[in-house]
Amino acid sequence: MNLEEQLLKGSKRACARLITMIENNDKEAIDILKKLFYKSGNAYVIGITGPPGSGKSTLTDKLTKELRKAGKKVGIVAIDPTSPFSGGAILGDRIRMSDLALDKDIFIRSMGTRGSLGGMSKSTWGAVKVLDIFGCDYIFIETVGVGQSEVDIVKTADTVLMVMVPNLGDDIQAIKAGIMEIADVFAINKSDLDGADKTKVEIEMNLDLNEKTDYRQPVIKVSAGQNKDIDVLLEKILDHKKYLEENNKLEEVRIRNNKLEVLKMVEEELMKLILDRAIEGDLIDNLAKKVTLRETDPYTAKDDIIQLITKGE
Amino acid sequence: MDRPIRVLVAKPGLDGHDRGAKVIARSLRDAGMEVIYTGLRQTPEQIVAAAIQEDVDVVAMSILSGAHNHLFPKVVNLLKEEGVDDMLILGGGVIPEDDIPFLIESGIEAVFTPGTSTKDVVDFVTNNLKR
Repeated sequence: MNLEEQLLKGSKRACARLITMIENNDKEAIDILKKLFYKSGNAYVIGITGPPGSGKSTLTDKLTKELRKAGKKVGIVAIDPTSPFSGGAILGDRIRMSDLALDKDIFIRSMGTRGSLGGMSKSTWGAVKVLDIFGCDYIFIETVGVGQSEVDIVKTADTVLMVMVPNLGDDIQAIKAGIMEIADVFAINKSDLDGADKTKVEIEMNLDLNEKTDYRQPVIKVSAGQNKDIDVLLEKILDHKKYLEENNKLEEVRIRNNKLEVLKMVEEELMKLILDRAIEGDLIDNLAKKVTLRETDPYTAKDDIIQLITKGE
Repeated sequence: MDRPIRVLVAKPGLDGHDRGAKVIARSLRDAGMEVIYTGLRQTPEQIVAAAIQEDVDVVAMSILSGAHNHLFPKVVNLLKEEGVDDMLILGGGVIPEDDIPFLIESGIEAVFTPGTSTKDVVDFVTNNLKR
């Protein structure tokens, strides 16, 4: 099958196969993306992040159904953690999206993190491009359940939706740095639980302390399980989109994201280069041993490794 | 192989028990595979759609309710209709010995019944991939 042609014709199999190839660093797939890149940039990318068990998948399912009512084509990339021991993974987010599978205008793909930190997989960028070229109007990226500092999602998405649940901690959590700072829209899911109002007040108070700008992050109580106020949440997400578009900020966001993407790729390639050389002759292992025995120090060891690259053979 | 094997683990039909499927999923995970678990009560159409979107190497289905002779071959046929011929299709669950030859003939490559060691499943998957 000619993947490029098939993708442009809207074949789900071609779309799926290309994503697999990107995940496996296949050169042919990357060449196809290079060639078709000019066709991307039309999809609006929404990142969904939040702690494990906060209901990100169920919320994604419900938001997608709302968008389908408006006739939009939707892609979903759902990320779950890869085992650091076996390299295997259980990707279970589809369970919450079962009845979306048959819709011809929805494409759901599960991904393991495969060693990436930050709540995303390094192939997520590639998968989003494939889905964009495939013709999706909206693409959701559902991160792995995150802790306090996995903020990579912000570097990929146009709008970041932060899903919270009531009673996750005391009121100091809302003012900590990290994940709470990256959201464009807050959803307090499972809002039928006690404490939802308190959580909302804490987030609102935290937002009050931000510098005044012409965009204020909305905090919406929803219940994905009961399909309650999902339409309100989607409206707020689309309000953020409109805000970015009307104030010429969408381009700003995308330039920032693209810069980070390119830098991330460079970083990865450099790391690989360095590791490939440092592994030769067990250099890295020997250095680590010397550091442990106090024969050298980590700073000098670092300089030794950097020299490998900057020698410029 | 320098890429993880991707496996769809699915429960077709109406039975509501998936402990076996979860045990298999966990064993495949521990063997370094990416397991996409789709949950209970899936129709053959849903399983096929998920298998295609996830571009899996293996479709592993588990049935306890007795509907295997109907549902397993249906998945095989739907995949064929979609032009998919490079996925390894496996069945498991409470399945009488007498039914196994028919299932194998229908295109299920192996059937694993209760008591099978998880290592056997992992080995079979690893050694019989179609791509």
